[in-house]
Amino acid sequence: MDTKSKCRIIAIVTALIMAACLFCASTAAAEQKNEPIKIGGIFSVTGPASFLGDPEKKSMELAIDRINAKGGIDGRMLEAVIYDSEGDPSRAVRNAQRLLTRDNVIAIVGPSLTPTSLAVVPVLVRAEVPLISCAAGNQITDPIKPWVFKTAQSDIHAVSSIYAHMQKKGIKRVAVMIQSDAFGESGRDQLLGQAGDFGIEVVAQENFGTRDTDTTAQLTNIRRADPEAIVCWGTNPGPAVVARNVQQLGIELPLYNSHGVASPRFIDLAGDAAEGILLPTGKILVAELLPDNDPQKAVLLDYISTYEERLGETASSFGGYAFDGINLLAEAMKGTDGDKNKIRSNLEQIKGHVGISGTFTFSGTDHNGLAPDAFVMVRIKDGTWELVE
Amino acid sequence: MIRIDTHIIACIVFAAAATAAGILIDNAYYLQVMIFIGINTLLALSLNMLMGYAGQISLGHAAFYGIGAYATAILSTTYNLSPWIALPVAIFAAVVIAYIVGIPTLRLTGYYLGMGTLGFGMIVSIIFREWYSVTGGASGFVGIPPLSIGNFVFDTDRSYFFLVWGVVLFFFIMCRRIIDSRVGRALRAIHDGEHAAAAVGVNTAKMKLSIFVLSAAMASLAGFLYAHQVYFISPGSFSFLASIRIVTMVVIGGMASIWGSLLGASLLTLLPEWLHTFADYEMMVYGLVLMLVMIFLPRGLTRGILDIYENSRKKDDR
Amino acid sequence: MQEFLQYFFSGITNGAIYAVIAIGFSMLYRSTDLINFAHGEFVMIGALTMVTLTMTLHVPVVPAFLITVFGVAILGLVFERLAIRTVSRPEPIVLIIITVGASIFLRGLAMLIWGKDSHTMPPFTAHQPLDIAGARLLTQSIWIVLIAIMVAACLHFFYKRTLTGKAMHACAINKQAAWLVGIPSKLMTLLAFGLSTGMGAVAGIIIAPITMPAYDMGSMLGLKGFCAAMLGGLGSLWGSVLGGFLLGILEALGVGFVSSGLKDATAFLLLLLVLYFRPGGIISAVKVKRF
Repeated sequence: MDTKSKCRIIAIVTALIMAACLFCASTAAAEQKNEPIKIGGIFSVTGPASFLGDPEKKSMELAIDRINAKGGIDGRMLEAVIYDSEGDPSRAVRNAQRLLTRDNVIAIVGPSLTPTSLAVVPVLVRAEVPLISCAAGNQITDPIKPWVFKTAQSDIHAVSSIYAHMQKKGIKRVAVMIQSDAFGESGRDQLLGQAGDFGIEVVAQENFGTRDTDTTAQLTNIRRADPEAIVCWGTNPGPAVVARNVQQLGIELPLYNSHGVASPRFIDLAGDAAEGILLPTGKILVAELLPDNDPQKAVLLDYISTYEERLGETASSFGGYAFDGINLLAEAMKGTDGDKNKIRSNLEQIKGHVGISGTFTFSGTDHNGLAPDAFVMVRIKDGTWELVE
Repeated sequence: MIRIDTHIIACIVFAAAATAAGILIDNAYYLQVMIFIGINTLLALSLNMLMGYAGQISLGHAAFYGIGAYATAILSTTYNLSPWIALPVAIFAAVVIAYIVGIPTLRLTGYYLGMGTLGFGMIVSIIFREWYSVTGGASGFVGIPPLSIGNFVFDTDRSYFFLVWGVVLFFFIMCRRIIDSRVGRALRAIHDGEHAAAAVGVNTAKMKLSIFVLSAAMASLAGFLYAHQVYFISPGSFSFLASIRIVTMVVIGGMASIWGSLLGASLLTLLPEWLHTFADYEMMVYGLVLMLVMIFLPRGLTRGILDIYENSRKKDDR
Repeated sequence: MQEFLQYFFSGITNGAIYAVIAIGFSMLYRSTDLINFAHGEFVMIGALTMVTLTMTLHVPVVPAFLITVFGVAILGLVFERLAIRTVSRPEPIVLIIITVGASIFLRGLAMLIWGKDSHTMPPFTAHQPLDIAGARLLTQSIWIVLIAIMVAACLHFFYKRTLTGKAMHACAINKQAAWLVGIPSKLMTLLAFGLSTGMGAVAGIIIAPITMPAYDMGSMLGLKGFCAAMLGGLGSLWGSVLGGFLLGILEALGVGFVSSGLKDATAFLLLLLVLYFRPGGIISAVKVKRF
């Protein structure tokens, strides 16, 4: 066959593809009234951040089923449409666009990560649809964007909890070990930025990779700087390697970690090297230990028991981000009949909503709504958590 | 002459189909998917020029894609310059870097070339991540402005669709021109045998370097288009895996085939959108498809299917 | 001095791992002229199999070690038979993409089998870290270095002293000549694959206790191991060992005296330097096809 007919065939194939795309477009689902109200979810269900996305997806479904079991919102049922971003920002943007224009969702909960959240923000702001992010990064709600909220505790509060604890112990010189990713970076900004407010000096700063096998070289540098405590900021399994290396080197300094490792998995991985580690965490990890007058206690125990009963796995603080997102949204949706603008302004009015991550009080200038008391400091002792103070 | 004519017909058909799609599709999601297909087609085409025609593998092509995206992000956001000033700078940056890196790297062949480009790609992505003060680090770079000409802002998906596909069409025609020219014949000669090409008087080093530079410039342009579409970039989009994805587009679509780049880019953009129902198996399916295509159709889908068709015709003729 | 020693210990621990992975790359390249981009995934599978055997099935360490190495080697043979020998056009570009595809496939498979979480296992022998002039060394590190050197020595013996080893060596030098004197070259290719993936499994097993194995651990280790092989000399046994240790130590010193953020860049910078200035590596084993 000569080149000419080859070209012709290729041209035909191309034309067919374009036609197929057109066909897909024309069959786009038409919207109907009295159908369930759709709420979108974008989570990193697979990929490196699946430890966040997986429980978030399950918790979102759980929250929606519970609302529907109670009769929905103003008599209308809710429906979750969840897509997997795999932690890829451009994928998340396409997910968001799909939720907005094809599924016609009323609001979106997620994405799970700071980069994916930052990537979808412009899309939602342009479309004027509320977004409740589940990511930790402070940049998401600072500066305030009218349509963007978030439920995960900010690094601001995690760092201030740690520094407040250090202040009490009289620790003045700290070294920080930062994971080379968005979570670590955001933590570093806060650790360096807030140190002065607490009279603390950061004397050494080292990085470790998400899959490093050995961090003793970094820790040796830290030891040389002679700090009084070490703060390690990352997510599993990195900080577990760091904890083991700290033990190996016989460094006797207090080791603080971030809320990124606040799961039983961390204790499994670090083994006895986890003993004595201090970290700030949402109250879910220590729900049983909370005093009875804590308003969150009942909510937390309820969530933990339903989650574990339904899914047969341990509930984590991560799933709570999506659970809170849906419940906040449900509260704001009452009486709006799906008017996105009203939902948005209702979200800003929410006061004292007791959730998994803390007690939310939103306002025009605060779209995270959590106070430092969303965190408690815990210490790992005998393979479990114990409240500090 | 006849060959050029068919190509012009194909281009007109294609332009008409794209225009029709741009006018008729009324859903922002589909438009956006098509925009991503366009950007990916440009990327695949850029690598296909290097890999398919000149036979030089690159496992670090996402580096140039990233250089384009970061250059325009930094200039148009941090320094408040017009993106249209940032564009030539972005392309120039990619060209200069490609030139400097290309001279020693393109002296390598086969696996060594693959590893050299891989190493370069890894280093660039580490720089994106670690040069925190300039690139925004792993969290990414926010607030990239939309493109505009005078008072007209490319902020709707439809306008951007036409911009992207206009650029793609331009490069389809340009690449076809290059391939059909003396340069194209020299490239194919290099692909088939570098020593033989040198023996008949092709300046192989210069030829490879120029195609590498062209390829880098096109990838950088794709990065520019990507940055101003998503308004946000992060190092993850330009990692080793991204490079592999571009290679996959070229390979699946068909090496040394301009329309194959379109097919490969379309498939690899659409496939994840369709596959998301069996999320956990996606990675396996992806890997399996890559292996199977390479084992059974090592010339890619377009070429491979044509070969099968050709063989069956030959049998019939007998 | 104490710090320098600590960097050195960190360097040789990582270096030994890189060395074992590099040997896997090198031995395969020497016999088949092929670079297996899925090699890192075999390391990962080795580590995770070891964890399952010792932690879930409570197999003692030594039999678990042997079962894992053997099992992964078999997997390597299957891979060669199904995905490499069937290729209709065995060009570098095609083989690179097939092995990359295989690595994605194996990662996806491992994610389904072992889940997305990291796993953990205790060190081979539980002892307090040794204190040497103020620097601490884990007993597992000693195991890692010892096993790495032993493995290299065994391979050396295999190539120099046994008939099969000599036959493989002959194949590596000239396939057709080897075939002419009656060496089954296809079998030798198969064997090379088994050896190489088995080496990968060894690397996975020895690091399982000090790292937290998970389905995504393989790619970076594979790439670093490859850089080590290039550094020492692709195709050379002792070159790979040297390259591994050198890379490990340079990385540790880089962290110590330059910056920990650029740790991963060290390996790739070295790779580029070697490719540009001495593509055969420090110990050039094969004639390099460079222009």
